Order: sequence, then structure tokens, then C-alpha cells
Amino acid sequence: MAREPKTKPGPLEYMRRWPLRVIVGATLLFLYLPLITLMVFSFNDSRRNIVWQGFTFKYYEKAFNNSSLMEAFSNSLTIAFVCTVLSVILGALAAVMLWRFRFPGKTVVEGSMALPIVVPEICMGVAMLVFFARVMPWPQGMPWPFNLGAIIIAHTSFSFPFVATVVRARLASFNRELEEAAKDLGASEWRTFWDVLVPHLQPGLIAGALLAFTLSLDDFVITFFTAGPETITFPVKVYSMLRFSVTPEVNAASTVLIVLTVALTAIGLHLQSRNEDRKAKA
Amino acid sequence: MEQTWRQARSAFAAIAAPPLVWLLLFFLIPLAVIWAYSFGENVGPVTIDFTGTFANYARALGPLYLGIFWKSILVAGLTTLLCLLVGFPVALAIAFAGPRTKAWLLLLIMLPFWTNLLIRTYALIAVLRENGYVNFTLEWLWTNASGVMTLAGLQPLGEFEPLTLLYNNFAVVIGLVYVHLPFMVLPLYSALDRMDRSLMEASLDLGAGHLRTILLVVVPLAAPGIASGVLITFIPALGAYLTPDLLGGTDSQMIANVIERQFKRANDWPFGAALSFLLMYLTFIAIAIQALVQRRSERRG
Repeated sequence: MAREPKTKPGPLEYMRRWPLRVIVGATLLFLYLPLITLMVFSFNDSRRNIVWQGFTFKYYEKAFNNSSLMEAFSNSLTIAFVCTVLSVILGALAAVMLWRFRFPGKTVVEGSMALPIVVPEICMGVAMLVFFARVMPWPQGMPWPFNLGAIIIAHTSFSFPFVATVVRARLASFNRELEEAAKDLGASEWRTFWDVLVPHLQPGLIAGALLAFTLSLDDFVITFFTAGPETITFPVKVYSMLRFSVTPEVNAASTVLIVLTVALTAIGLHLQSRNEDRKAKA
Repeated sequence: MEQTWRQARSAFAAIAAPPLVWLLLFFLIPLAVIWAYSFGENVGPVTIDFTGTFANYARALGPLYLGIFWKSILVAGLTTLLCLLVGFPVALAIAFAGPRTKAWLLLLIMLPFWTNLLIRTYALIAVLRENGYVNFTLEWLWTNASGVMTLAGLQPLGEFEPLTLLYNNFAVVIGLVYVHLPFMVLPLYSALDRMDRSLMEASLDLGAGHLRTILLVVVPLAAPGIASGVLITFIPALGAYLTPDLLGGTDSQMIANVIERQFKRANDWPFGAALSFLLMYLTFIAIAIQALVQRRSERRG
């Protein structure tokens, strides 16, 4: 097999110099080794889970038959889904508001919009705890999925400003003349928004939705403070399982979640690159 | 051009009302309530009087809690420094890699960021615990080394003592670095990627070595990126709750753990509220410093 002749690395080809290769490799190892071992050992037929004893699916079976774990999992997915829908709507509206209008107090609004992004999670968590305990108690004993309302509200509050940031970046490339043209041709405000602005925003909306979904699915701290005894999410459940003991069941459930998020990211990236391809052709 | 809201009142109302109402009702009001509580007093098991007292702040600024604040700042600072030291070369390598390698490396750096924080922390526990993989590998090396030494006619090494890598400050810092590394690499990468490379080439042509070029040319040029990387690593590390809770020992409590205790176990909400607001003020100070650094480096540039 003929190999390409090795050329000396150019002066700025840092990736081809061995010290940097070693650092990059070690960093990736540091980032991935724990996750990969976690995934591999979810298939290991041993409770002590350190020496390889043989391949098994039994912990997946156990995890799937653990009804409280599965309930927590479906709660998490439901919360993430509703939170994504709300965050995309609110985030897109917020972005359009800040992009399109001049109004008194705009700087204050922009500043407060950035607050949920920078405020430490723990502060937001306790604020939500107090809010739902004293100011606006969420009714107890609501049927599923309405019992998840408090958590959904809390998640939306910290996700939608992220969506707004993403969508606003996308708005910067919008040609306002298109909007004017639509209006000149007799389109109503609503129609212009829906048929001209929204299609342009689509990649931003998808990226924002993906971000909101993972932020919600990922959140532990704020949920920990808003969740009641009957509204357990997946991270809260895993946390309480970890408090008792480290079991391969947790490995199995975690693996499912990792695969799910990786798949979602892949879909998101694929959609984005397809969109860019289409634009490049057009 | 931006419209004034007067030009399209109904459109403005329809667009602005939902996010503004949501932000006010479900974010600003909860924070305001906490702020009001921080000046309150516990008078019964569930009743809190708003007395306008500063006693909670006075207590929070006493030596015990000031020490915890200081410790949290140190731990977050050390985490940020380690992330910078590891992240800078990684970002440099990515910025100067070929387009295909670059895309893959960026994806690989970002992917853990999308993975659940709790799962990542849990994965780290499995690696670091006393019968975890790190100690397992060390034991294997130790026994082999011991065997080799016996063969060479030397005294064999003693019994292998597993290292205590978990439930101490070391584990907290490692955990925080593990979680926050992508936060540092991405802004550094975008700063390095936008940098004018001809300046580096000029420096190399004029005979400066790589290290000198990086320290004297690249670092000053990438200063805004470094500042924002430092900020978005430092802020979440300062308020970290989960990592010190799961990986730390009894002496590695950070400020977030103390706040949690006030709200859940100690049931001293006014004091917890005061601590929360002090943490928020610290965060704002960090943001203000970053903005100052950014403005100074822009003026120079």
C-alpha cells in the first residue's frame, strides 16, 4: 500500500506536531474514557462492575422493569418536550421583539433577558422553591402531566433566553427589505411574520429547540428544588439511586440517555448541514 | 431600521407580551422574593417576617461563611486555571487543523457538553473510586513492577495501597475540570480561529520560537477569547452544587452546598437567601471584571 509521502509539518500546522497531538489525545481520553467505560460496563455480567465477566442485557431488563425509573424517564422526556415548545415560542418572540422594535427600557429588558443565563443555578433553584412554596403553590394531586407544571415552568424560564440568543443571531442575517416587500404586496403583519420571517428563522429555531431540549433534560439542580415527591425526573432519580449504591442498572439507564442525546445532536447537525447545503445550491 | 414600538402598537404588544410577562412572573418575581427574604427573620416554623434586618448578611460575612466563600473562589479559580492550561493547546490545535479534522474535533469536544451532567459525574466516580479503574490500573502496574523487581533480585514492593481519589478536594477540582473543559475550549477556539495568522507567520519568520510567538503574539491577540472562556468557566464552577456534593468530602463544601442546606435541612430561608444573593453579587462582579478587561483589550487592539 502506497502511503502518501510524509511532508514536514508547515509552521502553523500545530495539529501535526506531536506535543499538541499528545495533549489533544490525552484530553479526549480524559473526556471520553469515563463515559465509554460506563457504557461498556452496563453490559457487564457482574455487580462489582470492575472486571469483565461476560456480556449481558440483564441490567437493561432490570432498568426497564424498574417502574419508578421508567416513570422518571418519561417525566423527563415530557418536561423536556413541553419546555422546548414553550421556549421556542417565547425565545423567538423575545428575539424578534429586541431585533425589530425600539422601546423605552430596552436596555433593562435586554439585561434581564440575559439574567437567567448568568445567574447561578443554585440561586435560581432556591428562588423557584420559594416561589412555588409560598407565592404560587402548584396545586397538589393534579393528573399527569399537569403535576409536572412547576418543573416545566422553571425549565422554560432558564431555557428560553438561550433560544432567544440563538434566534437573534440568526435574525442578524435577515434582509428587512423582504419584510417590507411582503407588506407592500399586501400581506398582513401576521402573514409576513409567518410566511417570510419564520422560514428564514428555521435553522435558528431548530438549533434553539435542540438546546432547550438538552438543557431541560440535563438539569438537576433547579429540578431538585422544584420537584415534589411525586414528580421525580430522571436526573433526580439517578441522584437518589447514587446516594444508596452504585448499581449497573444506573449504567444501563445512563447509556440509554447518552445514546438518546447523541442521536438528537446528530439529527440536529444533519438538519443544519442539509439546510446549509440547500442554501449553497440556491 | 428598527421600528419604534409606537409605529405598530398591536404587533409590538403581541410579540413582546408573552416573553416579558413570563420573564417577570416566573423569573424576576421569584428572585425578588428571595431578595426580600434575605432581609427577613424566621419567627415561626414557616412564617418569615420582613423586618429589614441585615443580620443575615452579617452572619454570612462572619469568618465561617466567609471562609467557605473564599474556598469556593479558590476551587473555581483553580478549576479555571487548569481548564485554561489544558484548553489553550487543545483550542490551538483545533484552530490550526485541517477542515475535516477540525469539524470532528469540535464535535468531540462538544458532545460531552450535551451529555447529562449527573451521568458524567457518576461516570467519574466509577473511574476514581477506590476499586475503580484508575486504582485498578495502578495496582496492575504496581504488581508487575514488583514482579520485575523480584526477578532482578531486588526487594519486592510492599502491598498496594489504593489511592484515595474520591471524596476530597482533589476529586472536586478534577470533577469541575472534567465538566467545564468544553466551556473553555469553545470560546478559545473561536478567538484563535478568527485571529490574523500573518502576524504569527511574521513572528516566526523574524526568528521567534513557537513558544515565544504563542506567549507574546497569540495570547495578547486572543485575550478577549481567553477572558470570555475564563468567565464562562468560572461562573458555573463558582456556583457548582452537584460536583462538590457527589465527589467532595466533608471538608469540600462549596457555597452552593451551604445554600442548599439552609433551604432543605436547616430550614433557615432568610439566611440561605442572603447567601444566594451574595453568590449572585460575586457572579456580577466577575462579569463586570471581564467586561472591563474586554474593553481595555479592544481599546488597545
